[in-house]
Amino acid sequence: MKTRRDFIKISALGLGGVAAVAGMSKMMTGQKVVDEFLKLSQEGKSFLKRYPTYCEVCFWKCAGWTYVDDAGKIVKIIGNDDDPHCNGRLCPRGTGGIGMYYDEDRLKKPLIRVEGSEGQTFKEASWDEALDYVAKKMKEIAQKHGPESIALFNHGSPGHHFGHLLKAFGSSNIVAPSYAQCRGPREVGFEMTFGVGVGAPEPTDIRDTRCLVLIGSHIGENMHNGQVQEMSDAIDRGATIITVDPRFSTAASKSKFWLPIKPATDMALLLAWMHVLIYENLYDRDYISKYADGFDELKEHVRPFTPEWAYGITTLSPDLIRQTAREMAAASPSVIIHPGRHVTWYGDDSQRSRAIAILNALLGSWGRRGGFYFKRAQNVPEYPTEEYPKPAWSWKDTHNGKYPLARLSVANLLIDATIPSPDNTHEIYGWIVAGTNLPLTMPDKQKLKKAFEALELLVVVDTMPMEITGYADVVLPESTYLERYDDLRNETHREAFVALRAPAVEPMYESKPAWWIARELGIKLGLGRYFPWKDYSEVLDWQLKQIGSSLEEMMEIGVKKFPNPAPLYIEDGHEPTFPTPTGKIELYSHELEHYGFDPLPVYTAHPEPPEGFYRLIYGRAPMHTFSRTANNPNLVDLMKENALWVNPRVASLWNLKNGQYVKLKNQDGVETRFATKVRITERIRWDSVYIVHGFGHHEKGLTRAYGRGASDSELITNVQIDPLMGGTGMRGNFVTFVIDNIKTEVES
Amino acid sequence: MRYAMAIDTRKCVGCSDCVVACQVENNVPIGYCRDWVVESTSGTYPVLQTEIRSERCNHCDNSPCVRCCPTGASHFEQGGIVTVTHHKCIGCGACIQSCPYDARYSHPDGYVDKCTFCLHRVVEGLKPACVSVCPTKCMYFGDLEDPNSDVSVAIRHRNYKTLAPEAGTKPQIFYLL
Repeated sequence: MKTRRDFIKISALGLGGVAAVAGMSKMMTGQKVVDEFLKLSQEGKSFLKRYPTYCEVCFWKCAGWTYVDDAGKIVKIIGNDDDPHCNGRLCPRGTGGIGMYYDEDRLKKPLIRVEGSEGQTFKEASWDEALDYVAKKMKEIAQKHGPESIALFNHGSPGHHFGHLLKAFGSSNIVAPSYAQCRGPREVGFEMTFGVGVGAPEPTDIRDTRCLVLIGSHIGENMHNGQVQEMSDAIDRGATIITVDPRFSTAASKSKFWLPIKPATDMALLLAWMHVLIYENLYDRDYISKYADGFDELKEHVRPFTPEWAYGITTLSPDLIRQTAREMAAASPSVIIHPGRHVTWYGDDSQRSRAIAILNALLGSWGRRGGFYFKRAQNVPEYPTEEYPKPAWSWKDTHNGKYPLARLSVANLLIDATIPSPDNTHEIYGWIVAGTNLPLTMPDKQKLKKAFEALELLVVVDTMPMEITGYADVVLPESTYLERYDDLRNETHREAFVALRAPAVEPMYESKPAWWIARELGIKLGLGRYFPWKDYSEVLDWQLKQIGSSLEEMMEIGVKKFPNPAPLYIEDGHEPTFPTPTGKIELYSHELEHYGFDPLPVYTAHPEPPEGFYRLIYGRAPMHTFSRTANNPNLVDLMKENALWVNPRVASLWNLKNGQYVKLKNQDGVETRFATKVRITERIRWDSVYIVHGFGHHEKGLTRAYGRGASDSELITNVQIDPLMGGTGMRGNFVTFVIDNIKTEVES
Repeated sequence: MRYAMAIDTRKCVGCSDCVVACQVENNVPIGYCRDWVVESTSGTYPVLQTEIRSERCNHCDNSPCVRCCPTGASHFEQGGIVTVTHHKCIGCGACIQSCPYDARYSHPDGYVDKCTFCLHRVVEGLKPACVSVCPTKCMYFGDLEDPNSDVSVAIRHRNYKTLAPEAGTKPQIFYLL
């Protein structure tokens, strides 16, 4: 077992072949190509060929077309008109997805960690050598600790391929940080109320809504394409937008009402809104009496939570609270209290999400036009292979009876199960990490470091030399989405459909598609029977034929819709079912009561920043996704670093100037590695500062991203765990400015 | 025929898709752009207004850049679109100085470059790249002389403004308010 896992900088290898992009011209440049295109198109010739794909830059996965010229170069990516996720319009990241393919910093060859005379380093390896190494280690770990002790951390499309491998190997410890670090609590809040979670994409009928309420959800800065498009439609149709945010977000600037709430007090506002709706008789009485259970308990519960009560907590005037509640009621049932997406804030997030679910119930919006529609999806059968072995234990067993409402595995708890401790009843010894950059994703870096040190095997699959690769024993270069097949996308929407991703070009360098890596590794592990195909196109063609299409057809159309007569709304004849214990919408949750949690949501005061500190709020920019796009040449050109939003009064107190670089230090004395630029703006409260997440990369192999901006996740050392499902509340961190002796690592 | 564009500031979220779509479509080298996003905030917390808008060449009727071009490289194309014939351009930069919108840049290959309203797409019946990708559908393009064109319809019942009207350039991009 290793005693120490040094961070190896891929850039510092000095190995031939890794350093340069010899011979790779970066896209076509210059006017010549345009002129040529003009000439050719004028002659009526088209020299572009298109291949269907769906985007992998974010989880929205918009379907599109990759255009390739006759020299075999990708020239652009355009949305597929038939795709309900994007309606033919990709977002900046989808349009700039081309930069993911051309990024010369990409991982190029498999790498294996070796002990050299000057410490640990990576050596380049053949695929055979690298996969042999991984298979040998996996077998050793399985022999010592059981196959369950290997976990998969994943995000996006590679996850399914490695998940299949891991299940065949005998482990169900498959986890995505998108649950416990992001949207998990809202799923629990809605499950406890309506019996079903929100799911993705959210079935919010924004297009037809008359009132959209956003609570800390910044549509427009989060570029969830379909939602952004529909918010725009709603603006066109004169819908009222109400935005609750300590920051005057883009969405706030489009809103009729902006409620600049004191951070961490959202629950008080939600309870006060319930109070107004109930005590002014504004709620949907028919809907509640027909579908809901526990109204009387709720009514009694919210009796003291008047707008005047909430005023003292939220700093929002009682009039504004009443006025906005009435506005929602006037639009009911065509109203959406948006469940949000990244909701892991203060540790009582499932309960806050439940309050949002209850409000939607009071307004009768679940299952109604302009509220939430009943979603449709096209089922795609799994390719038949032998049944998976039954694991002796799973992620749920690592919780020791805690977090009973976690429906999906919890990344932070699997990290805990990796750190040696007498409290652990079940232990993890090996990780495969595919498509998620844990060092910038997970809060509490110390824990992550301990886990890295304890691991017997860490395999990283990625397209880029993300920070996580520096801790790996083996790094496997994955092809970008433009170079590979993946599973059919059949997510839910108003219409049922499937979308195909097919390679537009051969993989660059020695990168390989995830399906190929998983299959080759499977064969080396003696699990070849789970991979009875040579090429993934065989799987796709078989699946498509089961649902009345074919690979050939999908190569032509990219997206296929399937008629589904189920009505989208109650008013159109959809009789709703609520898979809760009472079979009704549970305003009062007996299930929560059973587990010893509050059956009705309760406001809890959260800690406030000490003198001279400000609450750290983080969020999204529309041209970047998490930390994964910070090196994309096209997207860096749009935004190369994050800036720190500071209220002018705060700036004046600290004598900060616009554009000045500062570092941030949190309540535990943790300082950001790099500095970030001050942006003085009225658009934020004086008790908070804001930065966009995903910057401050410290891997030098990311030549454009290295040292640019500050990383919010470095500062998240105070984590409040949600007792219902284990999510990591991350908005309870307070920062102050480090002003003196700031050097920027890179020229700005 | 008079090509023009309307941009709805109530819908634009400043995502910059227009910028990257233009760069990719027109092979604008990284580090340069033909269109860009401007965000301006007025007021004091908590009474604020933020306007976000996508900007580019205004394809002015009274174009100082065309007037001052010593070689005729800057000229009007069909529908009033202002373009630069690259091989005629000597890169003197007079047009860059004359433009009140800072809409032109010196291309590293030695000529001045700018928005063409994607003339190469327009002649094929397509919309400019920026308009065709915009997720908020906040941009409207078309012929002002056609009352049914997207742009004519967009401005018919809305208040709008143009940028720097005092420059007297008769700009053809209308910002819906």
